[in-house]
Amino acid sequence: MATRRDFLKQAGWLSGTAVAAAVGVETAAASTGPHLDPDRMGVLCDFTLCIGCRSCEWACASSHGLPHADLQEYSADDSVLDTPRRPDATSYTVINRFPAREDGDSPFNAKYNCLHCEHPACASACPVGALAKTPQGPVTYDAWKCIGCRYCMIACPFQIPAYEYRNVLTPQVRKCDLCADKTLAGGRPACVDICPQEAMVFGRRDQLLALARERITVHPERYEDHIYGEREVGGTSWIYLADRDFHDLSLPAVPSESPAVTTERIQHGIFRGFSGPMMMLAIVSVIMKSAGKHPEDLAAQEAKHD
Amino acid sequence: MTEQRVPYFTGGVKVLCLLALAGVAGLAARFAFGIGAVTHLNNQYPWGLWIGIDVACGVALAAGGFTTAFVAHVLHRDRFHSVVRPALLSAMLGYTFAAFGVFVDLGRYYNIWHMMLPSMWQGNSALFEVGVCVMLYLTVLYIEFLPVVVERFKGRVSWPGPLRGLNGFTEAVLRILDRTLSKVMTVFIVAGVVLSCAHQSSLGTLMVIAPTKLHPLWHTTILPLQFLLSAFAVGLSMAIFEGLLAARSLKHPYEMKVLSPLGRSIPFLLVIYLGTKFIDMVTRGTYVYLQDLTLQSVSWMAEIVIGILLPGAIFMAHRLRRKPGWLFAAAAMVVFGVALNRINVFIIGYQPVYAKGPYVPAWPEVIVTIGMISILVLLYRLFVFVFPVIQEEGAAHHA
Repeated sequence: MATRRDFLKQAGWLSGTAVAAAVGVETAAASTGPHLDPDRMGVLCDFTLCIGCRSCEWACASSHGLPHADLQEYSADDSVLDTPRRPDATSYTVINRFPAREDGDSPFNAKYNCLHCEHPACASACPVGALAKTPQGPVTYDAWKCIGCRYCMIACPFQIPAYEYRNVLTPQVRKCDLCADKTLAGGRPACVDICPQEAMVFGRRDQLLALARERITVHPERYEDHIYGEREVGGTSWIYLADRDFHDLSLPAVPSESPAVTTERIQHGIFRGFSGPMMMLAIVSVIMKSAGKHPEDLAAQEAKHD
Repeated sequence: MTEQRVPYFTGGVKVLCLLALAGVAGLAARFAFGIGAVTHLNNQYPWGLWIGIDVACGVALAAGGFTTAFVAHVLHRDRFHSVVRPALLSAMLGYTFAAFGVFVDLGRYYNIWHMMLPSMWQGNSALFEVGVCVMLYLTVLYIEFLPVVVERFKGRVSWPGPLRGLNGFTEAVLRILDRTLSKVMTVFIVAGVVLSCAHQSSLGTLMVIAPTKLHPLWHTTILPLQFLLSAFAVGLSMAIFEGLLAARSLKHPYEMKVLSPLGRSIPFLLVIYLGTKFIDMVTRGTYVYLQDLTLQSVSWMAEIVIGILLPGAIFMAHRLRRKPGWLFAAAAMVVFGVALNRINVFIIGYQPVYAKGPYVPAWPEVIVTIGMISILVLLYRLFVFVFPVIQEEGAAHHA
């Protein structure tokens, strides 16, 4: 059994080293988010041009090895557009149909998929770095690293990552990867490539923002004056144009700062260079050493109070 | 070692055994058929009962380990030494089960060791911080429990039959442990306190990343601070709660001379915790959400009234605090309140953007959770029967 002398000796030694370590540690730095190339890519998706043919859904499914019917069947049957759908583990992108703004016009369509945030909360949340923002734009997923905690799904403000709950042994997080294998090699995403309406433009994000701004300026009657994804959660690689408030198209109103900024500030503030824990170690050790000086007095005091 | 006055198996223990068996069956189903087959988790609700109760509540209610260690060993309040070992045991078992709860919930559980690979470390992630801290703290808890094992077996090692040859070797190991442990234990006690503070708070950071999903009554950037403060209060309350419960079950006298003064500091901890809740509420104007009668507003009020105000008043009343019934009620209410807070943050307050309805756990999820808690209680009882965990008054000395 340890004697009090042992305790005090160790506490003193601990507090000494901990204070030294805490003092020597650099102060917490502000979080900066992932490294991004200035010429990183993006997609401008103009909902006003979409006719709801679902070719993009087919192109996405077939290029990612997901279950799919023939292309003709996608365009022939538009009844699925009547019920709202969400991207899931077997379809990374879906089109939903909304009533026209004015009677007599054709219905309005919106496309949903991962927006590839500039500062993605999913990648910030992932404890093992399975999700990562590439400097060129795509947010990619490495199933080999993934532990299946699904914290990315909690973190995503757009509720995009889907999980293979029915897969017993090797479930994966599934979402649009911006066709990273093609786009990082100079190609275009499958959905952009197939769109018969050219509703989507693939290119440098800064140029796409300028193009979107120009369209709004030229046709103010046609567009809502809002580029969704320009500022949402700190900006996204996919940016959208529409004829109405995006909230009416089931795209959520989100803060203009990535939620990851707050949590990373907390994490780094406390744990950068182990400064927080070291400081605590010092405090606890000092308390242990000083509180031990008069244990009998303390005990006697307490006895009086009770 | 305490004299055994009661048998291990009683009526209640047999019921627990049945529940434990059902839980094991549920676990088998989870590993055989996958998470989708046995839970109501989906793309809207990726976390459910297992994270909300097994992990979040499990970790919070295991806070007795570091809070009693702080009181008895860091502040040197020697008369509280007798509560350290039971609290340490419940922390050790509680954390083991919280870690197992995570393991069960992970889709790729066999990759859990990835968190230990420096090449995959992801310092931005609160979950990474929680995971690493829990792994380290679990190791610390096992080391802190070693002296109890040494005390039980030193000089009494007798392996059965063919293993008899190991007796001498085991004794030698125990002697070495006995000599070295006491010299280094302070380091582990301090490390345990620091690690606990780190991950108890980071558990609160987890949901800060979901500002559009977690109900405004709970979503605040000071959630980590609130988790830490409530862990302090519930840690000491758990020590009282289980101290009285174990004494009743084992037909020991209630250690009121130790447990009653332990309850004296809880109102102060509760008031600080309550203060952060109210200041946060006023700052963000979230009191407007209390005007509507929703599951969320009722659950928030229950947290405050049953979990903080009522027990705080009982603990402050000198006369009530000295009565086992009142003391137990107050401690149980704090435990309930903090557990409800974790359930609120992880389940009831979680309102995903596109959800078509609330998450209601599937029955196998409930069976697994109840089964795991039953196993926890059974193991606690087993450890108390085998090891010198609960010491009679007077014979108490530090672990």
